[in-house]
Amino acid sequence: MPSSNKCVKFTYEVPNDDFSRAGAASSSLKNSLKQLQIDPQIIKRISIAIYEGEINMVIHANGGTIEALIWPDHIDLTLADVGPGIPDIDKAMQLGFSTASADIQALGFGAGMGLPNMKKNTDEMSIETELGVGTTIRMRVNF
Amino acid sequence: MTTHELIYVIDGRLLTKEDNIKDVELSSAFASDMMSHVLAFANNKAVLITALYNAQSLRTADLLGISCLILIGQNDPDKDFIELANDLEITLIQSPYSTFVTCGMLYSAGFTGIKKS
Repeated sequence: MPSSNKCVKFTYEVPNDDFSRAGAASSSLKNSLKQLQIDPQIIKRISIAIYEGEINMVIHANGGTIEALIWPDHIDLTLADVGPGIPDIDKAMQLGFSTASADIQALGFGAGMGLPNMKKNTDEMSIETELGVGTTIRMRVNF
Repeated sequence: MTTHELIYVIDGRLLTKEDNIKDVELSSAFASDMMSHVLAFANNKAVLITALYNAQSLRTADLLGISCLILIGQNDPDKDFIELANDLEITLIQSPYSTFVTCGMLYSAGFTGIKKS
């Protein structure tokens, strides 16, 4: 656990359209959180949120970057991409709504649960998006 | 039951290294090929039953702390898939039966499902 007023920062590049490597950043962050002796239930929530986000970046946004700032009492996660943007955030947040192709669904994702799973497992979540420019999702999980 | 008992119960084939098998008590299972469903419902005490032979079933299990994955289907998984399972210390067991029959065998042996949290 970082000492007070100090944070530990991790940054990951999520590769473009490489489904076989998707999830590697989430695994790496999970292992770092374990080493920092964060509560396992909290690690599980963070892992689910970040993994769903990472998969979304691979499926929809040509990859991107993930930044994790670990503070003594919370973690801030920022997922930024330069993908096509989300046309309708309310619709995207609906459980079961998905624009993923049948090919992606055959790979085990695209059930329309990504963003709802991310929201459910975090204490705060915000989405900034602009069509043709990209999307930035910020999430916070308190320890 | 132990992982070895589970292999016996479903007449399964162990695909990963013997010394990967963890000394854990397995008592519940979750079957799905959609990994978001698994992320929403499963927990680290569950066995994951899936026909998804790609890295994402292993990543999902790893992130949830699931130690054992039962694969449905008779196709031989590729070398990279088994290697990743060994690296992540996940036990892979291939069932000779369908998802329905595999679930039924585990249910009859006392396994429970997972209630929605």
